[in-house]
Amino acid sequence: MLKLILAVVVRDLRLALRRRADIVSALFFFIIVVSLFPLGVGPEPALLRQLAPGVLWVAALLATMLSLPRLFADDYRDGTLEQLALAPQPLGLIVLGKVLAHWLVSGLPLALLAPVLGLQFDLANDDALWVLTGSLLLGTPALSGIGAIGAALTLGVRGGGVLLSLLVLPLYIPVLIFGAGAVDAALTGLGAQAHLSLLAALTLCGVFFAPWPTAAALRIALE
Amino acid sequence: MLQRCENRYAAFTLNSRLYAMCNFSWILCMLEVTGLECVRGERRLFAGVGFRLGGGELLSLQGRNGSGKTSLLRMLCGLSPAAAGEIRWRGETIGKLGEDYRRELCYLGHHNAIKEELTPLENLLASARLADEALDEGCALDALERLGLAGRADLACRYLSQGQRRRVALSRLCHERRALWVLDEPYVALDPAAIELVAGLIGAHLQRGGLAVLTTHQPVEISAAAACVRELRLG
Repeated sequence: MLKLILAVVVRDLRLALRRRADIVSALFFFIIVVSLFPLGVGPEPALLRQLAPGVLWVAALLATMLSLPRLFADDYRDGTLEQLALAPQPLGLIVLGKVLAHWLVSGLPLALLAPVLGLQFDLANDDALWVLTGSLLLGTPALSGIGAIGAALTLGVRGGGVLLSLLVLPLYIPVLIFGAGAVDAALTGLGAQAHLSLLAALTLCGVFFAPWPTAAALRIALE
Repeated sequence: MLQRCENRYAAFTLNSRLYAMCNFSWILCMLEVTGLECVRGERRLFAGVGFRLGGGELLSLQGRNGSGKTSLLRMLCGLSPAAAGEIRWRGETIGKLGEDYRRELCYLGHHNAIKEELTPLENLLASARLADEALDEGCALDALERLGLAGRADLACRYLSQGQRRRVALSRLCHERRALWVLDEPYVALDPAAIELVAGLIGAHLQRGGLAVLTTHQPVEISAAAACVRELRLG
């Protein structure tokens, strides 16, 4: 079982590394959107600090959305998805491998970049910067998991990208609330542990349960 | 006492004979399709399609474009549901068998299922790993060499021609030991030499006692098993 998941992750990572433009463009999108806010709102440190959690988290959601349509579309187009569906293992496990690989190339880099971008919002003084990174590390796997359901449901649909955002973004709301809430709580000195625990619970549920409806949706798309 | 023993023996031999007959019929007929119907949109493509296929037999699907050949193959794999009818593998419906059926099935569709960013060798190894097959690098290189891709094993598939990509996809068949091969237009985009090579691979598979179902518009002789080739015309 682990061998299969590992095989999928290795294959998807190798494909992503051969096609670096996709990863880099999503990352630059994140950097630019986040950097536009201090320029647009003005250099008032208190205001920026208040805006920071929401801005960084919303930008992370949108950046994750950018790479979602391609999660299954390439495999669908070149027939690999048929072969995966005919593999003698549960399709859900293969999907889990793909979700993990998606997180490694989209969610993880966002979380690692966030402390640098947080400096623009005057988050350097307290431990909010580390809470921000931690919340992104904990929350982004859930984004990949939930997004996979949407990506599978909109597979092969014309204009699927827009539909995918309409479908998936509302489902991201709990992750956004607890993710941004954690940073907010750290900024106001309340302690972020409660938010982070809830975020971890969301991620565990998302990553554990999402592959199965995704697999069902993929089988419908292949019919 | 003796009488009872004899009765029991008779019952035993009858039972074992029945069992052997059942077994025998499974060997004769591994794949059984009855009353299959395909509906696409509002149109019924075919109905009442049935056939039985045993070890060492090849079924060649004929029919004009749009007569439902690919749909039938996808139903055989369990990718699309049938509107009506049953597909049985070794006496059990394929829906019930699930993974056990897929473990014995090798499907090659219209699409080559190869990744353009990966080299032929990586493609072959990755697909084997995902299908839970043990394939080492030597065997994979050997398969590619047999299909005339000896110097291309380290070139990304993006740089290969259409025919060469098809060859990469078909190189899977060199080491494929699953019982049922379902091949959708295997000869498309291939040159005559490659067609002969693939026909040879299919022939060897049939000689090992395997089954194959394929669609083609080309009359290709599969020499090793000419006697076991059956045809089914759709539409």
